[in-house]
Amino acid sequence: MDMTNNFTARVKRSKFLSLLSRFARDPLGLFGLILVVLMVSSAVLANWIIPYDPIALDILHRLEPPSMAHIMGTDQLGRDVFSRVIMGGRIALKVALVSISLALSCGLVLGLIAGYGPPWVDRLMIILFDTIRSFPTIIFALAIVTLVGPSMNTVILVVIITTIPVYGRIVRAQTQSMKNNEFILAERAMGAGMPRILFVHLLPNIIGPLLIIASMDIPAVVTIEAGLSFLGVGIRPPTPSWGSILNDGYSFIRNTPWLIISGGIPLILTTLGFTFLGESLRDIFDPKLRKDI
Amino acid sequence: MTNSIHASVLDIRNLSVEFATNRGRLKALRDVTLTVPNEKIVGLVGESGCGKSTVIFSILNLMAENAVITGGEINFEGRDILKLSSSQLRDLRGDRISMVFQDPMTSLNPVLSIDTQMIDIQFRSSISKAEKRQRAVDMLTHVGIPDAAHRLKSYPHHFSGGMRQRISIAMALLAKPALLLADEPTTALDATLEAQIVHRLRQLQKDLSCSILFVSHHLGLIAEFCDQVVVMYAGEVVEAGDVRDIFHRAGHPYTQALLECDPARIEEKTRNLPTIPGDIPDLVDFPSGCIFENRCSKRFEKCRISPPLRYRISPTHTASCFLLAEGGAI
Repeated sequence: MDMTNNFTARVKRSKFLSLLSRFARDPLGLFGLILVVLMVSSAVLANWIIPYDPIALDILHRLEPPSMAHIMGTDQLGRDVFSRVIMGGRIALKVALVSISLALSCGLVLGLIAGYGPPWVDRLMIILFDTIRSFPTIIFALAIVTLVGPSMNTVILVVIITTIPVYGRIVRAQTQSMKNNEFILAERAMGAGMPRILFVHLLPNIIGPLLIIASMDIPAVVTIEAGLSFLGVGIRPPTPSWGSILNDGYSFIRNTPWLIISGGIPLILTTLGFTFLGESLRDIFDPKLRKDI
Repeated sequence: MTNSIHASVLDIRNLSVEFATNRGRLKALRDVTLTVPNEKIVGLVGESGCGKSTVIFSILNLMAENAVITGGEINFEGRDILKLSSSQLRDLRGDRISMVFQDPMTSLNPVLSIDTQMIDIQFRSSISKAEKRQRAVDMLTHVGIPDAAHRLKSYPHHFSGGMRQRISIAMALLAKPALLLADEPTTALDATLEAQIVHRLRQLQKDLSCSILFVSHHLGLIAEFCDQVVVMYAGEVVEAGDVRDIFHRAGHPYTQALLECDPARIEEKTRNLPTIPGDIPDLVDFPSGCIFENRCSKRFEKCRISPPLRYRISPTHTASCFLLAEGGAI
């Protein structure tokens, strides 16, 4: 109604609210946000949500169809599938967050050094990155598992080693294209040293797109974890994982399809959720697309 | 040492710079000598590619990686910059010597707010963040940003080109440098803004009592704004003097030709703007005589054989041309 009032209200509105309103204008992003919030909160609150111990055996009630007692039924050892799915989500998220944040930090430092440092360092890094990238992830994982045995830490290690080069290469390319920008030259003309240029000026220019890529990598890592566990080289059996639930369900797909459905649906929803959220965040954090000051 | 002991804040002697190229060594600067007196504005003019920016960047030692300084000295407040260690040099940059870049659209960090950038740039001083912010606001007001306290939180893309250039100037002057290097600071702006910015620079130069080395190819601007002028051609200083010497008593044929090409000085109606015929000689394999010989309208036999020395025309005026040799070489 009143233009000035409206404007003041818009300026005064908190950042959180404006972020929410931007999500509201982007239904896919909102959908992604809701899925991610559900996934993360179920993982955080897993201990209070699960009705049964996810590894407790109950041979008398094996392969039961969904019922009020077991909303996703039970598996071939009589374990409650719903509890296993929730705990599996927690483990998947843990693997994804730990490995991506570690890989991101290492990739960031190595990429900055490669991009800003002397040419021989750059060449060395590129050889290193390319060597690692030349192994297919699964083959590489199998090799590591043969060396150190299957466990959650092995999965995390595999993901870290195979994703460092991805982040490293992105950071290096960004750094190289940024370092000859006039504003970096202007900083150097102002007497800024290398740490200041790298961390105050280059990093904020790189970190935005990198975080988006990282958030889009979460579903990829969840899938890798599920895949390795499905193959039996990931999370060790009594511990629940979406991959091992799928593997259990695969053996009984004709008679008890709920097993494979219960393991598969959360995997699909998580992947979709993080991808939609990632794309939405990419639009929001592009400063040129921002409407508010 | 303080700069009061030295009459000139910057004194470049016989500076030579070469670039390593595929074709061989490109002699970008040859025996460049120029002085910037205390609290004076010196204009550096010449065609594109004559080495103006190379001079500026060699003062800060921020040249491209294939550039080598092959000789000469750059005395700043009595110390030869070329002999300083990289950390001593870094202490000088942004503190005693600052720089304003040509394109204000690219010389500010696009993802940091002006507030963040202007506080960060004061990393040398030990005052509190609030004081740094206050200094930033004061300086922005000084360069003519209205409502600076409010606009501090904005990002560079919220400002127009002229505003951004003022912000760059404010950032360069925050440390109250003794020397400001301005590399065509108004080339990317339109004519009305150009006048405003230059006027503001002149005012700031008086207020902060610093010196400015002002690079431009806009002769009118140089005439109005500078105290002294240095004319460069193909990597050499061909003429230097007070602004009156250059604009009223230009000695070197190149300076004369340059002045004749200035559209603002043409009095008769013409369909074609005058140009200087010919091209800059090859700087890898350049002639043995005068560098301007191939384009000069007043050349004679001697010009092709050996290069001219610098001759004094008056106490404030020197030029490198055989026609002016009667004053004696320096």
